[in-house]
Order: sequence, then structure tokens, then C-alpha cells
Amino acid sequence: MATSVFALEPLWLALLLQALAALLLFLIGAVVVGYLEHKVLAHMQDRLGPMEAIWHGIGQLPADGLKFLQKEDIIPTAADRWVFALAPAVAVVPGVVVIAVLPFGPGLWLTDLDAGIFFALAASGVTVLGTLMAGWSSANKFSLMGGLRGAAQLISYELPLVLAAAAIVIQAGTLSLPGIVEAQHGFTLFGVPMIYGIPHIIGLGLFFVAALAELSRPPFDMPIADSELIAGHMTEYTGMRYAFFMLSEYAGMVILSALATVLFLGGWYPWPGVGLPEGAAGMVLGFVITFAKILVLSAIMVWLRATFPRMREDQLQRLSWSVLIPLGLLNIVLVATAKVWF
Amino acid sequence: MAAPSLPGSGLLKGLGLTFKTMLSPATTAQYPHVKPELPPRTRGVIALMEENCTVCMLCAKECPDWCIYIDSSKETVPVEGGRTRTRNVLDRFAIDFALCMYCGICVEVCPFDALFWSPEFEYAEYDIRELTHEKERLREWMDTVPPPPPLEEGAVPPAEIEAGIAAARKEAEEAVAKAKAAAEGGGEPEAEGPQIDEELFARLVAEGTPERAARAKAKAAFVKAQKRREREQGGDQ
Repeated sequence: MATSVFALEPLWLALLLQALAALLLFLIGAVVVGYLEHKVLAHMQDRLGPMEAIWHGIGQLPADGLKFLQKEDIIPTAADRWVFALAPAVAVVPGVVVIAVLPFGPGLWLTDLDAGIFFALAASGVTVLGTLMAGWSSANKFSLMGGLRGAAQLISYELPLVLAAAAIVIQAGTLSLPGIVEAQHGFTLFGVPMIYGIPHIIGLGLFFVAALAELSRPPFDMPIADSELIAGHMTEYTGMRYAFFMLSEYAGMVILSALATVLFLGGWYPWPGVGLPEGAAGMVLGFVITFAKILVLSAIMVWLRATFPRMREDQLQRLSWSVLIPLGLLNIVLVATAKVWF
Repeated sequence: MAAPSLPGSGLLKGLGLTFKTMLSPATTAQYPHVKPELPPRTRGVIALMEENCTVCMLCAKECPDWCIYIDSSKETVPVEGGRTRTRNVLDRFAIDFALCMYCGICVEVCPFDALFWSPEFEYAEYDIRELTHEKERLREWMDTVPPPPPLEEGAVPPAEIEAGIAAARKEAEEAVAKAKAAAEGGGEPEAEGPQIDEELFARLVAEGTPERAARAKAKAAFVKAQKRREREQGGDQ
């Protein structure tokens, strides 16, 4: 198996480059997906979306970022200052950390952990702590309700997410993300090279729905629910701290799409059994293919947002506990049986 | 009862609708880059045709906001051979568009077609005082007034236009009848040119009478002579 391009000597240079790459991928991914959401959502609503910044609004998100930088940073008098100030960072940092284990191409990962998928799911689960901290410390009842809804949603939907991923781990026989991609590359269904997403269609559906809920994206955006809770945990935030929450949402879309790409869509390979050229060309091509798959999944997330109304809190809980989790357990039983059988 | 449908088919239908909308062109108008297509009767700004204004003050009196300011003075016009006339001169005509509520009563009430609606609307200002447009500015808006829209097919034309058309038709018929009579009867051809007593006119001009007065007197003499001729002819028969 290929090793990471960042396996360099001396160690400090490797660490510096890794940190820089993680931050860049995080920011670029968030900006690209943010622009995608602006445009796709606009056209689905018969609008054009941003059109003025540079060309067709491609500079809109950087411009918004600059605007957020100039804004006053307000901390409410009654707020729990330290927790309030720390919450946006807690929401953002897990995203950057998860990027460290995501493979974006052959050799294009910062580090290959043996328990990569476990680490990724665990770290992305920390994001909701930021939501909870923000909701609690804002000293605002709408924020608090948003934070509590966020926590309840995490508890409900982390399970189907992990169950869906566990089925793939059983199938691939490894927890390492590049390992799963390579295992998927050699996977055949009745002799035909096949991505995991087709036999694991239940798992893919479970993972995608649970990912939407994890990100609190519509139709699972009860923690933010602008028509009920103003902006939930973000209500009291201004300027850069608010931008951090937005950034973590868009980066979260990239990260969970990337995870779904690795687990179900064959990672950086165009199709299992179809190889990539060796060396730099293969890396570039692999990166492009991975990113294209990520963008398609993100576009589907936006599509669902444009189409479906927000669910009610009790509907959300019922969907998770009485549909998704039993389905996830059943999926594991099926996959394990099939794995032993064939 | 609705036909039984697959569970979740409604969700797919919704997804299909949003996807179809995404592929269809957006309705957004790129306003500052692309000017909007406004209907011809858009109430954008009020234009003043200064030459038509007689300072009757009807618009200023009818304005519910009192946002029309008119100043005028009287000017005497000497008339040769008659008493001097006085004429109203428009010194100031201003509309304060900060007060105007675009009701259009002034345009409706103007009896002399001096006020018009123009669809121009881009005259926002940083200073509210700049929104008071003086008559020079209002005259400039006149250039942006679109021509009146054509009448609908089968519509009754306005009374004044109908009267004008009727008068023109009558005149044409008379001319035709006269030409016919001349061709058939071979009778006395109508005198061409101004029907005046040329002899008297020449004499009066020679005596130093002003031409206008001379012409009037000569015409009166001619008409008198003609009437006498007609009376004599009638007596013969």
C-alpha cells in the first residue's frame, strides 16, 4: 500500500506541512461547498444567487469572511464568557482534526491511523460539544433550547452513523480509511467489480441520513430552526465567531461526504478494478475524482435542503430510534451473514 | 379516494420538482446591469411641458401633499392696433419628490397637457433637498415620456380627435362638391386667392393705412359688394 506523501524527514517539517495542508483543505473545502450551496440552492429556488463578487459570485464567501472579520465581537453581559468564547473553536477544531485521517487520493492523506474510521467518527462527534457549549453559555433561552436539541440529535444519530460504518468495516476487514479504499478496489459482486454502495444500499442510505442529522442540515436542522429558535445556539454570536460556526457546517459537509466517498463510493478510484496511473499524475487524478464525488454528495445534501421542510423534534427522534437504528442493526446482521456465507 | 401510491413517492416528486426548477432559467432580473422593462404607464417621475403651462394653478391646488410650488408674474404684451394684453409667465415650477406620493392627480387634472408621467425612476439623491426638481429638470424628464399607447382595436376615439376628423371630412366633401359644380355648370369660377376688394386695398395702402387694417377694410368692401350682387340676381329671378 502507498504511504502518505507527508512521510518526510525531518519530523518538524512533516508536521508543519501536515498542519498547513489540513488547514488549507479545511478552508478550501468549506469555501467550495459553501459556494456550491449558494448557487445550487439559488437555482432550485428560481434565483441566481451571488452574481457580483468577481465572476458569478465566486468571490462571495471570501468577501463574507472579510466582512465577518471587520464586525464587532459582542459577548452578552450575562454570558459565561470563557465557554462562550471557546465554543466556536470547539465546533471548528474537530473538523480540521478529522481531515488528518481522510484520504483524498493515493498517498494524499496526512496520516493513516489503524483505527481511522473510528477516529474520524469520534472526532466529528465532538463538534456537537461546541453547539452545546454555545447554547448553554449564551444565557438565552432560544440558544439553550437549540443546544439541547443539538445534543439530543447527536445521541440519536451517532448510533445509525456508527452502525452503517460498522457494516462496511466488517465487509472490508479493516478500520483504516486507505485500507477500506484498497479493499473496495478489490471487491467483486458475483465476479463484477463493484463499489460497496450498491450491495450496501441500506448502509449508504443510513449513513447519508444520519450524516445530515449530525450536521443538523435541513430537514434535520432543529437545533438552528430559524423560524422557531431564531438561530439556535448561534443566536448571540457575531463576527468571526459566527463565521466559525458557518465554516464548521460547510467543512462538516465536506468531511462526511468524504467519509461516505471512502466507505461507499470507492474513494479515489473511478471504479473498483479501474486503476490509476503511478506517481504524480495518479495523485492529481485521484484527488480530482475524490473531490468530484464529495461535491456530488454535497450537492445532494443541498438538494434535500431545497426540497424538504424541517421535521418536528418528535418525528426526528422517532425516525432515529424506531427506524434507522433497527435498520442499522439488521444491516450488520445481513452483512456479517453474507460475509461469512460467501 | 386518491390512488394508492408507493410510500416515499411524494418525497421523490418533490426532489424532481426542485431539480426541474434548477434546470429552468432563473427569473431574477439583473437590475443595475439590465434595465427593467416597465409598462408604458409606469409612474416613475412627473415631467413638465413648460410651453403648455398657463399657470392655472389647478395642479398645485389639487395636490394632496402640496408638493408643487408655482411662482408666476404678469407680463404685458403690446398689441398693434389694439389694447395691450396681459400674459401669465411661469417663473418657478417645482415638484418636491420627497413629499410626492405619486398619486398622479396633478397629471389627471392638468387641462392643457403640461404634466406627464415618465417611467424614469433612477433619481435617488444623498440630500433630500436635491429631490425638489425645478422646471428645468422637469422639462428634461419630458424627453423620457413615451408616446401614448395606441388605442385598442374598436375603441371609441377621444371626442376632440373625432371632432377634428369630422371637420376635415366635411371640408373635403365641400371641396369635392365645389369642384363638381365647377366642372358641370362651367359657371363663374371662384376667385382665387384672398377675396378682397383689390382696388380699395391698393388705394388705402397708398394713403398710408397699415396693411392689416387696409386688408380688413378691403375684405369688408368685397363681401358687401358680393352680397349686393347676390341680391340683384335674386331680384332678377
